[in-house]
Amino acid sequence: MWIFLLSDAFTFSSLLIMYGALRHRWADIWPFPGEVFTHFPFIHGHVPLAYVGLMTFILIMSSVTMVLAVDAGHSFKRKKVQMWLGFTIIGGLMFVGSQAWEWYHFIKGSGEGAYYLSDGRFARTDDLEPGALLFHDGTRIEGAEAEHLKSTALKNVKGATLYENEYGPTPLFGNFFFFITGFHGFHVFSGVVINFIVFVLVSKGALDRKKDYELVEKVGLYWHFVDLVWVFVFTFFYLV
Amino acid sequence: MSEDFVSPDIHHERISHKGQDKAHTGLNTKVIWKVFWILLAVTIFEVAISFTGLSKTLLLYTFITLTIVKAYYIVFYFMHMKFEETALKFSILLPFVLIIYLIFIAIYEGIALGLVNY
Repeated sequence: MWIFLLSDAFTFSSLLIMYGALRHRWADIWPFPGEVFTHFPFIHGHVPLAYVGLMTFILIMSSVTMVLAVDAGHSFKRKKVQMWLGFTIIGGLMFVGSQAWEWYHFIKGSGEGAYYLSDGRFARTDDLEPGALLFHDGTRIEGAEAEHLKSTALKNVKGATLYENEYGPTPLFGNFFFFITGFHGFHVFSGVVINFIVFVLVSKGALDRKKDYELVEKVGLYWHFVDLVWVFVFTFFYLV
Repeated sequence: MSEDFVSPDIHHERISHKGQDKAHTGLNTKVIWKVFWILLAVTIFEVAISFTGLSKTLLLYTFITLTIVKAYYIVFYFMHMKFEETALKFSILLPFVLIIYLIFIAIYEGIALGLVNY
């Protein structure tokens, strides 16, 4: 399991390193993550990072319940292993659900989207500041001038696809978001499926008959690894 | 000599008991919850300081350091690397030297490409 995790760690490392390299290549136009991931359920307003912070909490929490399951396995307490493994599966599903919500808002974007202006500049809009054009360097244009620029704009982009997004004038930001969080989310989903299989085996008493709970330890290693990768994605995609 | 051929099952049991003893030396529920509180505190701290308006460079290095701290606790306690054999520790951890090397050459390459006019 360790060797597999090492190879998987290399895959994730290369993705994040490539993100870092291309982010430095396009340093002057790269979107600020704090201005992209600002949504939070039931809150009308900007709460940057709070939602990913919550997702991190959910995943760390499910990692703890997994260690507790492994710990209970050492002393052959089947009921406890079942309970903690069950909590881990619920935590994993909550995380995958949160990620779906995050993707939905990333793809949908804001109401008005962003504009490629005729003078070559790129301007975003904000649902909370209607009528204003916001530029990457922090400047803003309002009123009649903004209306004029919008009417002569070359293109209006709403939300995100693999080809363009309203967060910045490069598709790379969206591409890396979809690929890295998608690849990680797929790992979490696989982890939930594997945890569920082990949960069924534990419930049937298969590990008691074997007198060996090492299987729980193995899926535990995989689960912690998924948590570990998220710690890095959280830092390098959302924080910096 | 004969002991080696008893049955695969007993052999297996011996290994798992060995693992059991080792795990009990360092990891109990108290330690697990302690590590959880450390990870939670570090994450909350990270989100909190991202709003303080400190210099970008200072924030960057703080985040990287804290991420490595979190990674240490997850790998060494949750994945019980701390209680593994030295040989396993080194064979898993040493290859990451290559990753550190790759980080430097790739970021350097990225910055250099940004400076090219075309």
